[in-house]
Amino acid sequence: MRLQVPIAIGFLAGMFMIVQYFVPHPAFKTAYDALEEWVMIIGAFALVLGLQSLFQTHIDKIRRRREGYSYSFVTLISFAVMFLVGMIYGHRPGTLFDWLFDHVEVPLDATIFSLLAFFIASAAYRTFRARTPEATVLLVTAVIVMLGRVPIGELIHAKLPDLAEWIMVFPTVGAKRGILFGAALGGIATALRILLGIERSHLGGGR
Amino acid sequence: MWQKLAYFDRRIIFIFIFVAVLIPFLTTWDIPLGYTTPSTQSLYDTIEGLPPRTPIMLVFDYGPASMPELDPMAVALSRHIFSRDLRLVGVTLVVTGTQMCENAVAPVAAQMGKEDGTDWVNLGYKPGDIVLIDRMGQSIADAYPTDAQGRSTRQLPVMEGIRNYDDIGLIIDLASGTAPGSWIVFAHDPYKVKLAAGITAVMATDYYPFLQTGQLIGMLNGLKGAAEYEELINHRALGTLGMASQSVAHLLIILFVILGNIGYFAITRRR
Repeated sequence: MRLQVPIAIGFLAGMFMIVQYFVPHPAFKTAYDALEEWVMIIGAFALVLGLQSLFQTHIDKIRRRREGYSYSFVTLISFAVMFLVGMIYGHRPGTLFDWLFDHVEVPLDATIFSLLAFFIASAAYRTFRARTPEATVLLVTAVIVMLGRVPIGELIHAKLPDLAEWIMVFPTVGAKRGILFGAALGGIATALRILLGIERSHLGGGR
Repeated sequence: MWQKLAYFDRRIIFIFIFVAVLIPFLTTWDIPLGYTTPSTQSLYDTIEGLPPRTPIMLVFDYGPASMPELDPMAVALSRHIFSRDLRLVGVTLVVTGTQMCENAVAPVAAQMGKEDGTDWVNLGYKPGDIVLIDRMGQSIADAYPTDAQGRSTRQLPVMEGIRNYDDIGLIIDLASGTAPGSWIVFAHDPYKVKLAAGITAVMATDYYPFLQTGQLIGMLNGLKGAAEYEELINHRALGTLGMASQSVAHLLIILFVILGNIGYFAITRRR
């Protein structure tokens, strides 16, 4: 029963969502709206689970004095501060919450992401080697796109931006479309396996 | 020597990149932008073709990490929307998007004499993701009973006459992830609303197929897209300023790649 009931609920809900797409009857519409409401409510509960997981992970790390446990203190204290400030002062423009977001969250997040530029430059230098004909094609294409996507490319040769755009619009789209079709077919197959109860790993137990 | 050329310390690369990015910001080096990508032009033309007071939904599906690329787009688009006397409705599917909208749109609106609640509104964040997109297709006021400031959406003058996507002239999703895919599947395809995207350069290849099919009527691709848009609206700002840094950084990376290959081939020939 532990497995059969969730599989039956999943099958019925999934089949209903497929069928309602093709049946414009008001009864289907009402049921569809109700299901959408449920999804939003259940989605909000996921936040509670996320918080539980956050606390469990970091409290456990602190208790066991695992490597880097001091960062767990920072995480929990930061969470508590933002939560309390948000609850007390609200999150509208001009509030303390807004100030903390603009002066702590924004610079921290932007700093972490900006480090990517340095790592990309280092990775490009180390990996873009013309070892094989395929790697050479990749290397030449990357150089054309990199130059074509900045204004200085146009100063080097007037046709470089057009060439870069041609690479993006034709060969790239061809390859990307193939990947998209593959992923879509894979998605349909996985959805069918879940609806029919063949795929059960999401129910736990790894079966 | 060749060994050093092929495998030198990455900290040297970091220093060069840092200087290359920083110096153009400190100087007034101005690289002319001549080429405009067709997808940028198409978005500009679509907004130009909308009648006054048409609502445009500007979606802020990004956080502070992607601000350098996407904020210049948001600012340029807001400026264009307000200069055409169109209405701007800001929404977001990500928690941090509410502040992104406020920080990008409010200063432009203040500069251009546009009033919050009359000419633009920040509806803010709501959980639900694709369900939220679908709900707005039926009723925006039901999906968002209040805006980010807690005002009743139905009472706001900016929302007058806006029931669902039928009344929205264009949706522009500014995103750092896969959100435009959700807007294509759950807004454009079922409700036939016009859709465009502004995305980080690293995500651009994912959305070129949708430009070709017409599911996206236009797209701003990375900081270059923002700079091109600034050029089109004749208001150079952060996007254009970043182009000098990006140009030098790209040239530098290419130079490093060439040096690395010279070193690599010299070593393999010796062996």
